Amino acid sequence: MNPLATIGRFAIAFLQRIGAVAFFASRAVSHCVRPPFYLRHVGLQMMEIGYYSLPVVGMTALFTGMVLALQSYTGFARFSAEGAVATVVVVSITRELGPVIAGLMVAGRIGASMAAEIGTMRVTEQIDALHTLSTNPMKYLVAPRIIAGAAMLPLLVLVADIIGVFGGYIVGVYKLDFNAGTYLKQTFDYLEVMDVVSGLVKASVFGFIISLMGCYHGYNSDGGAQGVGRATTNAVVSASILILVFNYGITEIFFSGR
Amino acid sequence: MATPKISIRGLKKRFGSKIVLDGVDLDIGVAESVVVIGGSGTGKSVLLKCILGLLEPEDGSIKIDGQEVVGMRGREREAINTKFGMLFQSAALFDSMRVWENVAFGLIAAQKLPKAEAKKIAIEKLGQVGLPPQTGELYPAELSGGMKKRVGLARAIATQPEIIFFDEPTTGLDPIMSDVINDLIVECVHVLGASALSITHDMASCRKIANRVAMLYQGKIIWDGPVAQIDHSNNPFVDQFIHGRAEGPIRMQIPV
Repeated sequence: MNPLATIGRFAIAFLQRIGAVAFFASRAVSHCVRPPFYLRHVGLQMMEIGYYSLPVVGMTALFTGMVLALQSYTGFARFSAEGAVATVVVVSITRELGPVIAGLMVAGRIGASMAAEIGTMRVTEQIDALHTLSTNPMKYLVAPRIIAGAAMLPLLVLVADIIGVFGGYIVGVYKLDFNAGTYLKQTFDYLEVMDVVSGLVKASVFGFIISLMGCYHGYNSDGGAQGVGRATTNAVVSASILILVFNYGITEIFFSGR
Repeated sequence: MATPKISIRGLKKRFGSKIVLDGVDLDIGVAESVVVIGGSGTGKSVLLKCILGLLEPEDGSIKIDGQEVVGMRGREREAINTKFGMLFQSAALFDSMRVWENVAFGLIAAQKLPKAEAKKIAIEKLGQVGLPPQTGELYPAELSGGMKKRVGLARAIATQPEIIFFDEPTTGLDPIMSDVINDLIVECVHVLGASALSITHDMASCRKIANRVAMLYQGKIIWDGPVAQIDHSNNPFVDQFIHGRAEGPIRMQIPV
């Protein structure tokens, strides 16, 4: 086999995939902004993404905050900088770990269920049935999920930020014997608005990516149960990778100047 | 002759290098029931999906009431689709909704009826296909195969479509239930005065619901005539198919 041809085929397949996703995304977004709107569906998806993900995201944020305090304490003790623990925790959580961890957890929870649900609808002809009932599936199935994803993730991350910082506070005060007042003062003294805002912008982008990947892979699934399984895996994996890639990109945009 | 309800000319569709439809010509008259027969994998479903706008054909024309629909998109397409009702092979009921919501879906989505009114019509349609009103409160997962088909039929006729499509309506049902569904199809189409296009390979079903039969083979309609003449078609392909013989001019193509 000609190795150059193989590389070429991969490259073309890769570009085709990017094009297909971009095309799907532009169609989805255009349906998000044009009536009719299925507000009830947007609401249902918001509940699913925002409210029902709270326990999972809360737990991960709590333990992330806790371990962050513990690790940075032992690490910083090597050069007597224990005092920076509170600041490190709050900045890391709001800028990076809150959005990324919430994004990855929601990608596993929501991205998978979207791909499975829409994929099953595809292979059982329910999506075709929507067409014949004068309902555009992009508008009915995809748009509400995209809107809900982009809108709810920032709220979820806001909660994760608070719980994460609280986790750091628990370890700091009850295990590492920081003074509660000092810990809180240090937490807020060095916190900038931009830290939180950049995290929320990231969260919104991640929410969009999660919904987009879940819907795209579900919508284009084929081959019965196996195909739906593949779509689910692809949705979670691609959303997770894209989250990390975009996380770097957005960080670059926000903070590279400083 | 009046404008046919559906008029298909030179329809071509291929997937990659595999030619599925290779110039299909077919007319369906007003209030006529046409059944397209053909073996598995001959492109019957693809033909249906092209008419519904789910697939874009490479070439050819499809006219609905004289209006060209190939290449039509968006709102226009949705408007055309309001003329259609479709019974899917697997019924394709929305499993997140109750039975009555399934039946009422088109009424609420396309005709913007208020919920209460749509529910009333849905219950009425369920009655028409022989299901009691209580069925309306169930979820599709709680129904048997035959009941699902009935609900699918009720959903297809709920919006009073002008054209109804049946995709293998009796596949997966026992012979008696098949006959019941066939009777319901004949009755519903008759009551609505709608045109019907069905695809099937069940000859009993075909004889019952068809006015006219067309046979699809290798991407073309190779025979087309009234159902009464199907036994005297003098076409070896048709003869082989309706008698279900392994020997004959049709060779089952095993995809590689």
